[in-house]
Amino acid sequence: MHTRNHPLLSARRICRSFGQNQVLFDIDLELVPGEVHALLGENGAGKSTLVRILAGYLSPSEGEIRLEGELRRYRSSGDAEADGVVMIHQELALAEQLTVEENVFLGREIRRGPFLDHRAMRERCRTALAELETRVDPRARVKDLSTSDQQMVEIAKAITRDVRVLIMDEPTAALTEHEVEVLFALIARLRERGVAILYISHKLREIERIADRVTVLRDGRLIDSAPMAGRSKEELARLMVGREISDMYPERTELASDAEVVLEARDIVVPGAVKQASFTLRRGEVLGFGGVVGAGRTALIEAVLGLRARSGGEVLRNGQPVALRHLRDAVRQRIAYLTEDRKGKGLVLNMGLRPNLTLLNLRAYCRPLIDRRREEQAFKEAVERFDIRLRTQAATAAELSGGNQQKLLLAKVMSIDPEIVVINEPTRGIDVGTKHQIYHFVRELTEAGRSVILVSSEMAELIGLSHRVAVMCAGVLTGVLEGEQINEQEIMQYASGIKGVGADEQRRA
Amino acid sequence: MNNAVPDNKSLTQSRVSVDLKTWGPFIALLALAMLGVLINPAFLGLDNLSNMLTRSAFIGIIAIGATFVITAGGLDLSVGSMAAFIAGVMIILMNSLVEQFGPGLTTILLGIGASLLLGLCAGFINGMVTTKGKIEAFIVTLGTMGIYRSLVTYLADGGTLSLDWGVRDIYRPVYYGHLMGIPIPVLVFLMVAVAGYILLNHTRFGRYCFAIGSNEKVAEYSAIHVDRIKTMTYMLQGVCVALATIIYVPRLGSASGATGVLWELEAIAAVIIGGTVLKGGHGRIWGTVVGAIMLTMIGNILNLTDAISNYLNGTVQGIIIIVAVYLQRASWRKSAP
Repeated sequence: MHTRNHPLLSARRICRSFGQNQVLFDIDLELVPGEVHALLGENGAGKSTLVRILAGYLSPSEGEIRLEGELRRYRSSGDAEADGVVMIHQELALAEQLTVEENVFLGREIRRGPFLDHRAMRERCRTALAELETRVDPRARVKDLSTSDQQMVEIAKAITRDVRVLIMDEPTAALTEHEVEVLFALIARLRERGVAILYISHKLREIERIADRVTVLRDGRLIDSAPMAGRSKEELARLMVGREISDMYPERTELASDAEVVLEARDIVVPGAVKQASFTLRRGEVLGFGGVVGAGRTALIEAVLGLRARSGGEVLRNGQPVALRHLRDAVRQRIAYLTEDRKGKGLVLNMGLRPNLTLLNLRAYCRPLIDRRREEQAFKEAVERFDIRLRTQAATAAELSGGNQQKLLLAKVMSIDPEIVVINEPTRGIDVGTKHQIYHFVRELTEAGRSVILVSSEMAELIGLSHRVAVMCAGVLTGVLEGEQINEQEIMQYASGIKGVGADEQRRA
Repeated sequence: MNNAVPDNKSLTQSRVSVDLKTWGPFIALLALAMLGVLINPAFLGLDNLSNMLTRSAFIGIIAIGATFVITAGGLDLSVGSMAAFIAGVMIILMNSLVEQFGPGLTTILLGIGASLLLGLCAGFINGMVTTKGKIEAFIVTLGTMGIYRSLVTYLADGGTLSLDWGVRDIYRPVYYGHLMGIPIPVLVFLMVAVAGYILLNHTRFGRYCFAIGSNEKVAEYSAIHVDRIKTMTYMLQGVCVALATIIYVPRLGSASGATGVLWELEAIAAVIIGGTVLKGGHGRIWGTVVGAIMLTMIGNILNLTDAISNYLNGTVQGIIIIVAVYLQRASWRKSAP
């Protein structure tokens, strides 16, 4: 029998708000030495916020953290690390220009007198890397390493400390299958050694293999926390989602049975991101793309539109092969792309609102000089049509709220009068009211006979809007779901590779 | 009705700060001119003014090209050497053409054509290497700067290339001549400035320069051919250098390894004084024009006074550049909400 030890790290009634927005509600969590504790939840369930609080990157709004029963208030990740609470990041946090050993010992260099003891550091670094069975040279620069090697360095960095609690936020997202095996062996050894491990992953298969205990979060609330033994993946998937879809979503447009295919992608390959993905899009249809972040959805879409290089495959528009080498080619084919990164790729923040609106289709306002009056008129129409709310006289796009920026971006994209609209994460970081408007806008599009590709990490959004949902997992398009199949459990299973194309290979691995 | 009040307030506030930013360089120029008059009334003399504007034309024309490059987030350090190289090639070409065509208009027109072509090509090379090779503009143009400088030294065999006297007589008016009482270099400067203004502020190309300089990713996702536009800014810069050289050659009728030294830094200084942001995204042609005139004016004022040694020209210029940029940054900071 497994007897439960005293908890090493325990969190009690943790709450956290960002401004008005509360993202964690009264979470309790106990990490026990020698136990792998899995943390599950959809995107936005609050997992990352919770572990960042545990590791000292964020402070809780309410609640307390105890280490061996003693109250701790971490003001920085350094405080937590001094206690042996170490986190391995989802996004790599390494200094690119430094070498592997310099990174591993960054901020806690071994010294002999005033000088660095390179030999000791290299030795310890080499030992740690050997334990991870990687062939990374301690003297290599981090920027020259592959993503998976960088991830291994990140892990080496953690295990060279006197780690007592190890927090891993999706450690396998960037690893190869072999490296995952090595990591699991390492986790087993650490568990033997009495380290408490908190493991976050979307991949239910992994959790089934290594977790002793599972905690499920949903919408910032703790749904369930119990031993893993005797539980099925399907049950966990149900716990993760299982929420009613409200009437946020307008009725779907009726799709004509003979609606023609307006866009087809065949065997698209993007090196390192997408393996031979194919899909079709019909007139008036909303085709959803589901999957976890990093599954290759954005890479696939951008490769189709000519924004990314692809090494194979072809694109057909209305049945005719077309060469889309630049987004301009896609625009000529009347395909519009609404990026997921509003501030980084969508709007020029320090530019005025009118130039932002007309930037994609500036040609239409030129004769041959830019006609400011026509720009102004287009802007007025856009404000009306997309209900952009102008606080006083916002001079630049940066001064608009997130929701209004999104609407301005939408107006910009619609300025080419597209027949196909590709929308990537349309509701990230915007309020419910604006979300609602955007959903109705999608419906208006399809009613007018236009087609929509909707890439979203919000399950409810996919289910509420899509006629069909294509699901991707680790670069493979695992399946296209239709009708009754479109539900959260099913999408989750395809997204984690339990079902669909490639599931067998993953099972064998 | 209630909320109209704060609207108006913030509107006037923002208008005031915008005015300061736009008119800052002009105000500084006026202040400097007033200082000039105080120091020596001869400053306002027609001869002095026209002389000063003529001298500022070289840097001014080059700086207008640089405004495009910098606005689009690039940098061109090679312009000074490029000018020297183009001048050298022009002189050699015209000298050899004299035998065939005589010292006539044909020779000069061919020289001018070659100059423009060279500028265009040199800019194209800078642009292509920067964009397709994905190398920082600073490094690429630092390299071409050294290349052109050494090429002109090589062509002159370490000495000076001199233009044929016959050609020189005919070519002379391009620098020394007047049209409607205005020196020709000033006219060309004005025309380039007007064309540059229209191009930067009223065409797609200019708008794309702003967008690319602000955020290259956004430009790419707005279906703009980023590499093409950036290369075009370097080509435009090359043409501007060629135009400046065309005016410069008849001035001295010679070129050497010392021609155009440090012009690149003066051009960049003029652009920055004028309010263009060095890291890109915002450019002002008239500001650049003012900047170029200011730089020449400083030297001119020092010439007219004994209070400060003429040798301190660089010191005064340096101080003015730093102060100008500091003031601009301060006004940016204040206007940010």
